[in-house]
Amino acid sequence: MQKLLLLGDEAIAQGALDAGLSGIYAYPGTPSTEITEFVQKSKQAEKNNVHSTWSANEKTAMEASLGMSYSGKRAMVCMKHVGLNVAADPFINSAITGANGGIIVVAADDPSMHSSQNEQDSRFFGKFSMIPVLEPSSQQEAYDMVYYGFDFSEKYKIPVLLRITTRLAHSRSGVVRKDPRKQNEVQLPSDLRQFVLLPAIARKRYRNLLNDQALFEKEAETSGFNQYIDGVDKSMGIIVCGIAINYLLENYPNRNIPYPVLKIGQYPLPHNLVEKIANECESLLVVEDGYPLVEEMLKGFLPGGLKIKGRLDGTIPRDGELTPNILATALGMKETKGLAVPGLMVGRPPSLCNGCPHIDSYKALNEAMATVPKGHVFSDIGCYTLGALKPYEAINSCVDMGASITMAKGAADAGLTPAVAVIGDSTFTHSGMTGLLDAVNDKSPITIFILDNDTTAMTGGQDSPANGRLEDICKGIGVEPTHLHILRPLKKYHEENVSIIKQELAYQGVSVIIPRRECIVSVDKRMREKFKNK
Amino acid sequence: MKKDIILAGVGGQGIISIAAIIGYAALEAGFFLKQSEVHGMSVRGGDVQSNLRISDKEIASDLIPCGKADLIIAVEPLESLRYLPYLSLDGWVITSITPFINIPEYPDMDKVLDEIHKLPHHVALDADELAKEVGSTKVANTVILGAASPFLGMEFSKLENAIRFIFRAKGDEIIELNLKALKAGRDLADKIIRT
Repeated sequence: MQKLLLLGDEAIAQGALDAGLSGIYAYPGTPSTEITEFVQKSKQAEKNNVHSTWSANEKTAMEASLGMSYSGKRAMVCMKHVGLNVAADPFINSAITGANGGIIVVAADDPSMHSSQNEQDSRFFGKFSMIPVLEPSSQQEAYDMVYYGFDFSEKYKIPVLLRITTRLAHSRSGVVRKDPRKQNEVQLPSDLRQFVLLPAIARKRYRNLLNDQALFEKEAETSGFNQYIDGVDKSMGIIVCGIAINYLLENYPNRNIPYPVLKIGQYPLPHNLVEKIANECESLLVVEDGYPLVEEMLKGFLPGGLKIKGRLDGTIPRDGELTPNILATALGMKETKGLAVPGLMVGRPPSLCNGCPHIDSYKALNEAMATVPKGHVFSDIGCYTLGALKPYEAINSCVDMGASITMAKGAADAGLTPAVAVIGDSTFTHSGMTGLLDAVNDKSPITIFILDNDTTAMTGGQDSPANGRLEDICKGIGVEPTHLHILRPLKKYHEENVSIIKQELAYQGVSVIIPRRECIVSVDKRMREKFKNK
Repeated sequence: MKKDIILAGVGGQGIISIAAIIGYAALEAGFFLKQSEVHGMSVRGGDVQSNLRISDKEIASDLIPCGKADLIIAVEPLESLRYLPYLSLDGWVITSITPFINIPEYPDMDKVLDEIHKLPHHVALDADELAKEVGSTKVANTVILGAASPFLGMEFSKLENAIRFIFRAKGDEIIELNLKALKAGRDLADKIIRT
C-alpha cells in the first residue's frame, strides 16, 4: 500500500479505523487533539458510522468507551496526560472490570511542558493500574501498535494504554497501512457480572488481573516491540524506551551502535531481556522521554549492584524532553554547536489575539477591581490563562480544569473577599459545574466569570459542549436569575460592563457573569469558509 | 541527499503551509521525511518553529541536533536569528525582512537587519513587496519558499507540482498566483547567490 504522510496522532487514528474501531471518545487537549479530529474528518469513519463527537471531559469519555466495550465493540479514548488524572477513577477500575470489545486508552504526555502545567509520565498509571502499556518509537510503530493493541485487549480482555509524547504526536512521517477490517457486532460479555465491581466480585477479578500479569509479560517478551540488539562493547548496555532510540541512532550516522541496546516499546517490562542486558554489560544507561520509571525499577532503593546511569544520577537532565544533543552528552561524545544567538534577541511569549473578546473582559474586570488589592482572581485552563501575563496581569491561579470556581469558594470560606473565578465555557462544562453547585449550596460570596467564546479555543476551536445553554445550566444549578448577567465584551459597552461587575462584586452570594462574544479565530475561520463556498 | 531545515516564524504566520509543500515534494521525489510541528498554546502569537528533515536514507530523530541544520527558513526577521545554535557553520538563512511586531520590546529593526547581514550565508528579501508585485501579499510565504528552493536538494519542478497538489481545492487562480510567487522568490535568490 502507498505510504501516507501522517502525524503520530493521525497514525494512531488511522490505525484504529483500520483495526475496526466503532467509537472514539475524547476531550481536546494538546498534544492529543488531532487523533479525534482525524477520525471526525475521515470519510472512512463517516462511511462506517464511527462515533467521534467530543465528550464533556476525559472521565465521561473513558466511561463511554467502557460502555462500548461492554457491548462488544472496539473503542478508543484519547487525552493529554493530565486528562488521565480526570479519568483516573474509571481507568484504574477498568483494569478490574477488564474489557469485552477492545479498548485502547491513548495518553499523550508533554515532557518539557510545551503546552501543559506538568510533565507527568502516564506509564506510571499503567504500572499503578497493572494495565499493559505500549510506547511507540515512530509513527509507523504507533499505527502498528494500535492494531496489535486491539488484538491484545480482546485476547486478554483488558484495556491497553498507549503512551506517546509530544514529539511523536506532532511529527509527520511516512506510514504504511494494513488491510482494514470490520467492526465487531454487538455481543455482551459472557459473564454479565464482569463489570459489577461489588467487593466479592472485585476481589475475584483483581486476583485474575494479578495472575494475568505473567501472561502480559510473556507477550512483552515475544511481541517484537521489545528488542535486544547485540553490540561488541560490553562496557555499557543502553536501555531506550519509546522514541529515545531515535536520538540514540541520530548519534551514530551509520546506525552502528557499539553497545548492546534493549529497545523497550511494551510493558510490563520483560524480565528476561532486562536480565540479559544487565548480565552481559558492566554498566547500564537508561534513556526515557519522561520520568525515570524503568531506571527506578532497576535501581531499587538501596545503593550497590550494577552501575546504572540515567536521569537519577544526572547523566541525563532530570526534567525536560530528550534531544539528540542530550544523548550525545550522555554517550560522552563531542557537543555539536552552531552560531550564537545575537544579544538583541527577546522572547516572544504567546498572547491573546488582536480582537480577542477576553481582552475586553479583562479590561473591564481590572477596572472594576481597581480598588481591590491584587491577588483575588482565580482562573483556569484555556486561552484566557494568558491573562496572567502583561499587560493584563489579571489572574492569580491556573491549576487544573475547573479549579477556578472551587478555589475562589475556598478562598471566600477563608474570608478573602471579593473572591473571583474566571473560567471558559468549555472548561466550565468539563469540570466547573460541580464546583458551582458547592458554591450555590454554601451561598459562597464569589463572582464567577464564564468567558463564553462559543468554542474550545486553545486547542484549535472544537465544539463547546454547552453551546447556548450556559444560562440554563447555571439557573438549574441554583444561581439566582438576578445575579446572572450576560455581557457583550466590546469597547462600546465597557462602562456598562464595569458597573455590572462592581455591583456583583459587592453581592454576598454567588454571581455569574457571562461575557459572550465568539472567538476571533473562529469568526475568521467561518468567514473564510463562507467566502470559499461562494 | 540529506537536508535538515528549521522553519521559523510567529504563530499564525503559516509556516506549516511551507512545510506541507516541501514535504509533499520530498515524498514525490521518493525521499524519507520527518517533520515536527508546534500545536497548542504557543500558536497564539508566540514564536514557533518546525523541524523538517529530508533524506534518501531512513531518518532517526524528529529533532535536528545543534549545529546540524543546513537551512533556516524564516518568515519573520527576528525569528530568523532565534535558532542559530542549530545552524551548521556552512548553513544558509533565508528570511523575510518584514517584522511582525506583537511584543513591546521588539528590538530596533536596523539592528536586527545588521545581525542578519553579518551571517556568513544568507538571503534576506522583502517577500511582502515581491508578493504584492505578483498579485497579493498573501503569497509572501510562497515567495520565501521560492527563495529557499536552490538549497532544498530537489528540482524546482517538484515544488511546482507540490503547489499544484496542495492548493488543488482552491482553484487555478490561486495555483497560478503561488507559482508566480515561487518563481519570483527563486529568481531573486539566484541573483543574490551569484553576487
